[in-house]
Amino acid sequence: MVENLQTLILALADDELFMGHRHAEWIGLGPILEEDIAFASIAQDETGHAQAYYQILTDLGLSTPDEWAFHRDPKAFRSAHLVELPNFDYDYAIALMRHFLYDAAEKVRLQALTRSSYEPLALLAKRLQSEEKYHWLHARTWIERLGRSTEEAHHRLLAARDLLWPYAWALFEPLPKEPEMVEAGWIPPSSTQQQEWVSLIQPILEPIGLWKAPPTEAELTHCLGARHGVRSPYFDELYAEFTEVSASEPNADW
Amino acid sequence: MTSLDPRIRRAEPHLSQITEVHLEPLNHWPTYEVFVQRTRGGHAQHVGSLHAPDPDLALVMAKEQYARRSQCVALWVVPTHAILWTSAEDEDLFQPATDKSYREPQGYLNSRQRLEKYRDRLQPLS
Repeated sequence: MVENLQTLILALADDELFMGHRHAEWIGLGPILEEDIAFASIAQDETGHAQAYYQILTDLGLSTPDEWAFHRDPKAFRSAHLVELPNFDYDYAIALMRHFLYDAAEKVRLQALTRSSYEPLALLAKRLQSEEKYHWLHARTWIERLGRSTEEAHHRLLAARDLLWPYAWALFEPLPKEPEMVEAGWIPPSSTQQQEWVSLIQPILEPIGLWKAPPTEAELTHCLGARHGVRSPYFDELYAEFTEVSASEPNADW
Repeated sequence: MTSLDPRIRRAEPHLSQITEVHLEPLNHWPTYEVFVQRTRGGHAQHVGSLHAPDPDLALVMAKEQYARRSQCVALWVVPTHAILWTSAEDEDLFQPATDKSYREPQGYLNSRQRLEKYRDRLQPLS
């Protein structure tokens, strides 16, 4: 049981950890001061969520959150490739589109987890929902606003969507041993979560011309395997930068 | 390791590639005044202002700008241009010309004693 639980928690936590880190790379670079503050705050929330998920494992006698985040074998990470992607040339349309696609998935995920039969997870999901409510409000307000804005804004969002589309769908790749987790009542099947995600985002993206059909299998292939230990080509650089400070003084008390 | 972070790449700026953008005065998003309600039913207090492209985003950004370090149950935003105010030159509007301290809270401080003093003169209503 602990092994399956670890698989589930690490997938949840690692997504949050690197989403928080990638969003945080925007600190000081946001389009305007007000948005910089809001987005940095969201980044901080996501990192906090990761810590809270790791803590569930810590409470079972496993490693501490810092050990999971900073001192783990890089091969043992299970984050989706969507959150590992860099900020490329720092186009804010990409940041917002990733934020939108990811937080829609997180909203669906948290809703499902509040009904989890694994109580610590259900309790945590309920606690995280208040922050998630804000993330979703922030994401969808921006996407709807920019989607109806200038031609340039629309063009940039389209490019961002095309870049991120297969990665976002790959968020719902089934976890190893997922049937056992579903059987235990921990989570609903990934396919159910994916359907809910589609019914959440399609009505928003379609009227502003930003919806498109699911990626083909060929488009999806290179984004898969994340939950089985396949890291994206960006992971090594991400992890080196992420652990730069903690590695400089491994035994420091932060 | 070459970082993708522009703050790190910024160490070697290519000045020739920088194109200057000239902004017209006031060429920015409108401002909104932000009010925070700290308890249900309480007053909404003005806490500051911010830039936003529309009222919805003003609310979204006001939340992190003004409501993350203290208690808040609701936020208001109002376009700055919707607010009318008296000019600084009219500050004397608020200065009474004669003593009106009886209107201030301390004007009522001794009401009880004054009431006591005249109590025995009160006639019961017949």
